[in-house]
Formats: sequence, C-alpha cells, structure tokens
Amino acid sequence: MGAERLKDHSKESRTFKVRAVLAFFVVVVMLCILVGRLYYLQVVEHDRYAAMSEANRVQLQPVPPTRGLIYDRNGVLLADNRPSYSVTILKEEVNDLDATLVALRSLIPITDREVESFKKRLYQRRRPFESIPVRFRLTEDEIAKISVNYHRLPGVRVEAELIRYYPYGKSLVHAMGYVGRINEKELGRVDSTNYAATHYIGKLGIEKFYEDKLHGEVGFQKVETNARGRVMRVLERRDPRPGSDIVLHLDLRLQQITEKLIEGRRASIVAIDPKTGGILALVSTPAYDPNMFVTGISSKDYKALRESPDLPLFNRAIRGRYPPGSTIKPMIALSAIDSGVVTPNYTIFDPGWYSLTHGGRKYRDWKKVGHGRVNMYEAIAQSCDTWFYDVSHKMGVDPMSKYLGMFGFGQVTSLDLPEALGAILPSKEWKKRARKTPWYTGDSLNMSIGQGFFVATPLQLATSMAVIANRGEWVAPRLLKGTKKINDAGAEVLESADFSDGKPTPADVVLNDEQHWNDIIKGMRDVMHAKNGTARRSGANSSYEIAGKTGTAQVVGIKQDAVYDADKLAEIHRDHALFTAFAPVDDPKIAIAVIVENGGGGSSTAAPIARKVLDAYLLGIDPFAEAEDDK
Amino acid sequence: MINNREFERYMPEAHDHLRQRPSLWSYTRLDGWLLLLLFLLCGFGLFILYSASGQDIGYVTRQAIRMGAGFVVMVFLAQLTPRFFGRWALWLYVIGVLLLVCVMLFGVGAKGAQRWIALPGFRFQPAEIMKLILPLTVAYYLAHRSLPPSFRHIFICLALIAVPTVFIMKQPDLGTSLLIAASGVFVLLLSGILWRYIFIAVGIGSAALPGLWAVMKDYQRQRVLTFLDPESDPLGSGWNIIQSKTAIGSGGIDGKGWLSGTQSQLDFLPESHTDFIIAVVAEELGFIGVLILLTLYVLIIARGLVIAARAPDSFGRLLAGSLTLTFFVYVFVNIGMVSGLLPVVGVPLPMVSYGGTSIVTLMAGFGMIMSVYSYRTMLLK
Repeated sequence: MGAERLKDHSKESRTFKVRAVLAFFVVVVMLCILVGRLYYLQVVEHDRYAAMSEANRVQLQPVPPTRGLIYDRNGVLLADNRPSYSVTILKEEVNDLDATLVALRSLIPITDREVESFKKRLYQRRRPFESIPVRFRLTEDEIAKISVNYHRLPGVRVEAELIRYYPYGKSLVHAMGYVGRINEKELGRVDSTNYAATHYIGKLGIEKFYEDKLHGEVGFQKVETNARGRVMRVLERRDPRPGSDIVLHLDLRLQQITEKLIEGRRASIVAIDPKTGGILALVSTPAYDPNMFVTGISSKDYKALRESPDLPLFNRAIRGRYPPGSTIKPMIALSAIDSGVVTPNYTIFDPGWYSLTHGGRKYRDWKKVGHGRVNMYEAIAQSCDTWFYDVSHKMGVDPMSKYLGMFGFGQVTSLDLPEALGAILPSKEWKKRARKTPWYTGDSLNMSIGQGFFVATPLQLATSMAVIANRGEWVAPRLLKGTKKINDAGAEVLESADFSDGKPTPADVVLNDEQHWNDIIKGMRDVMHAKNGTARRSGANSSYEIAGKTGTAQVVGIKQDAVYDADKLAEIHRDHALFTAFAPVDDPKIAIAVIVENGGGGSSTAAPIARKVLDAYLLGIDPFAEAEDDK
Repeated sequence: MINNREFERYMPEAHDHLRQRPSLWSYTRLDGWLLLLLFLLCGFGLFILYSASGQDIGYVTRQAIRMGAGFVVMVFLAQLTPRFFGRWALWLYVIGVLLLVCVMLFGVGAKGAQRWIALPGFRFQPAEIMKLILPLTVAYYLAHRSLPPSFRHIFICLALIAVPTVFIMKQPDLGTSLLIAASGVFVLLLSGILWRYIFIAVGIGSAALPGLWAVMKDYQRQRVLTFLDPESDPLGSGWNIIQSKTAIGSGGIDGKGWLSGTQSQLDFLPESHTDFIIAVVAEELGFIGVLILLTLYVLIIARGLVIAARAPDSFGRLLAGSLTLTFFVYVFVNIGMVSGLLPVVGVPLPMVSYGGTSIVTLMAGFGMIMSVYSYRTMLLK
C-alpha cells in the first residue's frame, strides 16, 4: 500500500462521473441500435415477415370426398360407407418408432404382417405430417385401451374414417368388385390433386370401372397448424363434392336366390334383361367376402382363398371359359338355315353317330341309340348331335364363325365389367394364327356341338340369349342403370347411364330372312315344352313359355367306343351342366345362362335351377320361402 | 447503524429532501425508484410469460416464486453494508473459483455442457454467483488502489477476470463467460483506466479474433456461421433465428395481441419462454410493447448509474456501476441475438426470461446496488 499513490477521492469521483455519463451514452447508443433493428424488422420489413408467419401457420389440407353409394334396381343399398376406427402413427411426433410399436402391440393385438405393411406405407407416404395407419377396425375396447395410454404414446392417435362396407358380403363380390387401399402404382395413374386425401380406390369390377363417378372431388381446408403440424383450427373450408350414388340393374333379391340355388357348387349364373341389357344377376360361386380386402387382407386369409381348389377368387361369370356344349345349337342351326345351306325342314336319320367318310371315325351322338328321323326343330329340342354334325359338315366353319361372332362370341361386349374376357370363337384364321394348323372338317363338327376349341363365358352365353330374345337387336350387357342426381327442383332423379363414349355395341344381327328367328325360337321353345324336349321336366307346369337350350360339356375326351359313366368318373372329370334360356317367349323379360361345373347333365342339373330363377324373377316365387314354411 | 438524525448532521443540505420523504425507504434501506421499476419489470415479465409458456399458469407461478425468492435475497443484501461485501470479496472469489473447479470435476448438465452442481434437492450454477463475485472482487481490489489504476493493477485485475472466465468457457458456456468477463472489465473501464490502454486492448482483441475461432467448439462455430447466414440451414441451426425474426417482424407496430401470436402460440418459435421471450413481446405487443420494455430497462440502468455516481467511495461506485452495466449487457446481447444482430449465445432477458438462477442473481445484484445507495453517506468522513 505504501508504494501506492495517495488516493484522490474527489478526482476519482469526477473521473467516475465522466465514465458513468460516457457509459450511459454508450448504453443509449446501443439501445438505439436495438431499436433501429426492431424498427427495421417490425415496420420496414413487416409485410415480408407477416407473410412468412402466415405461411408458417396456415396450411392447405385436402379433405377426402365421400365415396358414392351403390344401389340395386329396387333401391337396396349394396355398398355403404361406414366409420371405421384405426390407430395411426404420426412419425414426426414419435421419438422411437420401434419402442412405440412395441408399446402399442402390448395394448392391442397387431400382427407381424400389419407391422410390415405399416412400415411399407411409411416409406411410400406422400406428405410430411401425414399419419400412417397401423391397424384398422379397432373395437371399442381397443380404442379405450389406446386412449388411456395416449400420454405415453406421443404421435399415436385413433382416427375415424369412412370406409367401404359391403353389407351383402360375398353375394355381390363378383358382380361389383371392391375397393382397397390405394397403392403407389395407382397413385401414379390418378390425378394426384383429386386423390390427395383419398386412401381407397376401386380395385375390381364396378368399383374400379366407375371410380371416376364414385370418387367425387377433393375438398380443401385452410388449417392453422402448430410447428409440429398438428391442426389447431380450421380457418376456411371448401367442402369436397361427394361421389355420385349409382344404381345398378342388379336385383339383389334375384341375386341372392340365384346364389343360394348354386350354393356349395362351382357354378355361375348370369341373368340379363334383354330389353335394356341390364344385368339382373351375376353370380359366381364360391365367392369371398370383399370386406376382407378393403383394409388389406391378411396373408393367411389370402393364401387360403388363393389355394382353395374351388377357386373362390375366380370370377366364373365373366372369366370362366367353358365349352358351351349344346347350348350353342340354336345359333349353329340359325347359321345353317340363314346362310341357305339347309332349310328348317331338312331331315336326317340319326343312328347314334355320324362319320365323315364311310367307316371313318365315329362322331357320337349323346344318345347312343340315336334319335331316328329329325328335322331342325327336333334336332334343337332333342339336342340331336348328328343333325348338327351333318349340317356343319355341309356348311363348313365360315358361316358358323360369322354368325356366332354376330352374337358376341369371341369378344367382350359388356360395357362396364372391366375384367370380362372375350374367350375364343374359333375360325380358320384363328386356328392358323393360334394353333399354326389348318382347319379340319372334324373341327367344324366339334364346334357345331359347342366342343373343341370353342369356349365362352356365362356372360357371353346369356348375352347371346338376350340377342335371340330381341330377334337380333343388340343391347350390350351392362350393370349401371343410372346415376342419382338432384334436379333443379331439388328432387332426386335417376340420370340414365350414358355409354355413348364407351365401347361400341355390336351391329344388330340382320338375317337374310327374319322368319328364321321364329324357327330357332320354336326349336328352343320345344326344348322346354315339347313332349320329347330335353328340358321338358323343367318347362312343365309353367304359366309362361320358355325358350331354352340344355348343354352338357365334356370335360375329358371320351375314347372311341368307350362308355361314359358319370358315376364312375371322379367329380372333377364329370361333365359341366349348362343351360341357356329366355322367357317369356312372346315378351322376353329375362335371358339367362347357367353353368354348373362338373354338374353332370344340363337338363338334369342346370335347367331346374334356371327354372327357379325364372320363376323368382317373373312370378316372384322364392323357392326357399316355401321350403322354410314346410319346416 | 445509521439513523436520520446522524444523517442530517452529516448532510444538512439534505434536510429538506428528507423531510419530504417518509422514512420508509431509509428504514428498509431499499431504493424506491429501483424497487418500483423492478416491480414493473417483473410484472411485465410474468404477463408475457403466461403467453410465452403456452398459457401455462404453472410457469407463471414458479417464476413468481423465484422472483419472490429474488426479492428476499435483494432485501437481505440491501441490509448489509458495502464494507461487509468488501471484507468478504477475496474469500468469496476463492470459494467461487473452487466451485467452478468442482463443476469441472463433478458437475452435471445437459447437451454436452457441465454447468451445475447438484446438491440433494437443490442444484445451482456457480457461474451465476461468479457474476456477482467477480465485479465485487475487482471493485474491491481497485478501490484500495490509487485511480486510475497502474498497468500492474490492471494486469492483476485482468488475471482475476481471466480465471473464472476461462473455467466457464470450458464448461462450455460462452454466453455466461462473456457476461462475467464484461462485468469485470466494466469495473476497470469505470475506474478511469487510461484511454490508451483501452485502444490497445481493442486492437489486440480484434487481432485475436482468428485465434478465438480456432479454440471455439464446433457448435459455437456453427452458431456464428448461422448468425452470418441463417438461410443456409433453415431447418437446422438457422431455424431458431429465422423463426424469431419472423415472429418479431410479423408483430408490426402494435402486435398481434396478447396470447394471439401465431409464431409463439403454435410453437414455431423455439425457446419462446426462455431466451427468445423478447420475440413473443415483439410479436404480440408489437414495436410499442418492445419500446415500453426497453424504456423500463433504460430507467433501471439510469437509476443504477445515478446510484453509482452518488456513492461516496470508489468501491461503491465501481460495484454499482459495473453491476448496472452488466445488467445492460444482458439486455443488449439477448435482444441483439434474438433479432439477428448477434450470434446465438445463451443469455436470458433479465427478469423476463423463464429460469431460476439468473433472476435470483440479478436480484442479488440489485440488492448490492441498494446497499451502496443506503450507505452512500457512511464512508463520507
């Protein structure tokens, strides 16, 4: 201390005051810098930052439209939308995804496969802050379990969405198809704006074909979100335009009766209203529940369906390619008489077989002892193979191919069944192209009885019946009857389906002599109502007249001179039973095709089923109602 | 210790002045102006904290409790004489440095920084206490030397400043270490240190900047880079500053309204209730709200400097002056950082940002300033 200069208190105080004033001056200057900076941000640049702040908080979110409903012709709801609760994860709010999944799985059952598809969805998601579903169709119990654990599961939410529900399950799956969760490939195909919020898309059938009508138009809402993307409130909303409700020609009651009639068999029935082309019933059994596919089917269930020997996934009605057998004969007869090869009165003697050359290969008639003398009417009524062998030998394949083509064989004529197949209508050109071999006369003989290369779907057979019923006037088969619209008066009206931009309808079948329609229809009428008609038992006691044709299609070739014994054959090698018809003859209201795989004979198996379907539609008789009354 | 009558005897000219006032302030040894301004500031802080915390009254309650604790400490320290602080200054300095060593050895913390000492049921940041101890020690040291200080004393003071600063920088806590260094340097500046030393120091400091860059940690460098160009990493380290500037700018002149700031209420603004709370003020109360807050700060600083200037001895002057200026550095660094003028360093906005230790330390500092005020006559002999 001693070495120090003496302290000068007043000088120190003065110095301090100078410094303090200086310091305060510096403080004020620096505060002015701050104020200037804030003025710059808040006043000069205000507009720019106000816009940035607005862009931060406000987001445009798409709102999915409600999918249009599907009704049958009588107004019965066939495809509904029901709220379904699913548990979702918002990745942005989850710290440890695996731990969250483990915790979630300890609360509710989640299969490995569901975890797997969740992870798949996670990688293909479209927008940030989009929640990804983990499991669908939560029960109330499961919702409660998740809800009480919300606090320890950040990012996990239970969300409600409307999903497709098919109240009649497997009854309509082959007729209507189904929707399923949209996948990446489908997203690439659709308008990404309109599908911005959509999770489901028509995968099959009507749902796929009328996707545009059913989907509707996406809506948007301006929402205020926080920094983690959670919606705090809705600022503005443009409602989505729901998809159109559509009405089908299907008659649910007829569909269900028809389904019940062939329950437990591998079979298919298609019924068409010949006046409109509307498909009244389209049944393929066995079927499966489309509801399983909506939110994604489990691999176990899918494997079971795929590996079932009865092929439930297979839509027999529009994709099943069956040899039409004798059901084709009226049209073969028509090609023969209308092309002038023979007249309806052309009569042959049938010994039970036909051969092209003396002592050559015998083409057998189904009736071993033969039908004796038969003309065209009797040949149709009794399904005499020999008459057709003879006639087809005379005319060759060309008239048959030409006339059958006019009835829609070998092509897809249905307007709104996207999966329908054209099957095969053989011709010389076809055989040369497909088989690289020339056409033999034997091929013509086989074709005349609906065997050989000739295959057709039940839908094609029913369609050909509708064309005959209309005497050549074509009405393409379709499911859509119309779209529900609200008219200017506010009332609900049905706007008829417009197929003018769709597939062209085949040209009407114009015969050289219109009288020939009567000839084949008489033959078909005799099948049902003549004393030796093949389906006379099914035509008996009918208050209306039916024109029909039975068919029995061979599944395995029968060796020369071998005896066909249905009882000894394994079931899968038994013949397919077919029957086609329309009724009433004088004013056709329904055309039908029935195929029962390995059902045996067309007259014994298929025709009685068809009769019940016709009675159900034309007379309103429910074959099962009586059976239940008896009990 | 001293009563009015004694005071009147020492300072007859203050007689009228004392007559006008109730004896309450001299009795409680508090400064009425400072107390009023601090109350207003705390009230403002609680008001904006309610909004900044997402309208969580729990935060407000806890902050109010801390403020209460701070007032208790302030009132207690105001009762002690500056001489008492001076007596303990060197001891406190040694204890403070030892605590910093303890932090290095057994400290706890988060995000890669060791800042806390955990005692059962209680943990504190020795660096905070050092904010008071260092100016106290330097002021005490210089007050007993002839001023302006000689080069030797300046060097000793710089050594006193450097030790805690380096320890805290190593924690690492750049913001606090700068505040501590500043609090010590202010004592030197106020002591009348010669201008040529000041210019030389500024020159050396500028030359040493590249060296500082070399010893900085990666995250500190990142902060500086982000400060220079926040848009370079808008979702990473630039996010904070972009969002705070957006909050401030979108507030405009009169703000979006209390509780209506979208940036803060919707969590776009990070750390909205702690270091970035000024952005909430700017967004919700606008430029006007910020000016009101800055006015409170200016008045507090002015009052602190007035108290310092009126202090009878160098120790009181230097202590009160440096504490006041340190308070200003808090305000400047915080607002400068949030508005994008300065790099992001963790400095809270005094009395407004949510957080315990800083409020208690600041209040303790004001307690010491008030002590200087109350005893301004004591050493006048």
